[in-house]
Amino acid sequence: MISLSHYLTLAAILFAISIVGIFLNRKNLIVLLMAIELMLLAVNLNFVAFSHYLHNLSGQLFVFFILVVAAAEAGIGLAILVVLFRNLSSIHVDDLDQLKG
Amino acid sequence: MEFTSFLFYLFAAVMLFSALRVITARNPVHAVLFLVLAFFNAAGLWLLLQAEFLAIALIMVYVGAVMVLFLFVVMMLDINIERIRLGFWRHLPLGAAVGGIMVIEMAAVLTGPYFGLDNFPAQLADAAATAEGSNTKALARSLFTGYVYPFELASVILLVAIIAAVMLTLRERKDTKGMRPADQIAIKRSDRVRLVKMASVTDSNASNLAATLDTATDAKGGASQ
Repeated sequence: MISLSHYLTLAAILFAISIVGIFLNRKNLIVLLMAIELMLLAVNLNFVAFSHYLHNLSGQLFVFFILVVAAAEAGIGLAILVVLFRNLSSIHVDDLDQLKG
Repeated sequence: MEFTSFLFYLFAAVMLFSALRVITARNPVHAVLFLVLAFFNAAGLWLLLQAEFLAIALIMVYVGAVMVLFLFVVMMLDINIERIRLGFWRHLPLGAAVGGIMVIEMAAVLTGPYFGLDNFPAQLADAAATAEGSNTKALARSLFTGYVYPFELASVILLVAIIAAVMLTLRERKDTKGMRPADQIAIKRSDRVRLVKMASVTDSNASNLAATLDTATDAKGGASQ
């Protein structure tokens, strides 16, 4: 029988994979966005698992709202990427040095 | 082993494998496609957790809309893969250490007795169904009563995202010739027509008339330019 700890451990592994992905793909903005989506998926998996095992629907409603915010974030992030590419003809992180930070 | 347990391990294994491929794939298009696979398996896991509505919403919203947007942008941009992969594995030891420590610590807590079946018994499928009807109905009842303000806020967030994305990517092209309907409607009669006072034509001032006509056409040509 699958218990809550199975799901929580799975979500923790998924979250760790996406953190490693952020370390690896420092130069690739698109894969960085994808790693953020994976992190949100891990969080959502936790929410749904707790909602199931606590017999409480509020967790699923939170997942609903997280999906809304994640969709908005992905849309704006990709729009910023397109504008960056239009201005610089590149989305390489090393080229994004206008702020001299 | 029960069939649902087998399904859990299958979905979990495929999801973790595709997540690993997302972060290591050379080609961003492959990464997006593996992300689609990961979302699909997550939807399967959510079905096992009896969250049917969210599982279908994940497939429709994520696989159907967000991932297609990702794919669209990835294919539209010209990405120099060689330059992006430079120094790819350099930070792997640090990242793997951070991730490994996170997993070990969280597994130490989560696989203890606290989150086992004794404290959190599994929800039986028929019990849940008789208590709530369908998952979608129960979610909708909760969403449109207790959570109606967050729901409205979510719609406002989506509207703001639409406007922001359109404003970010909108550009006015200078090299196209097009009509501007607003300018066409706003034009006044005085901008286009000029009334010229002329003397009436008689034989005696015919030579005078020719001079007046010349000046009138000159003025009109100047106005139209």
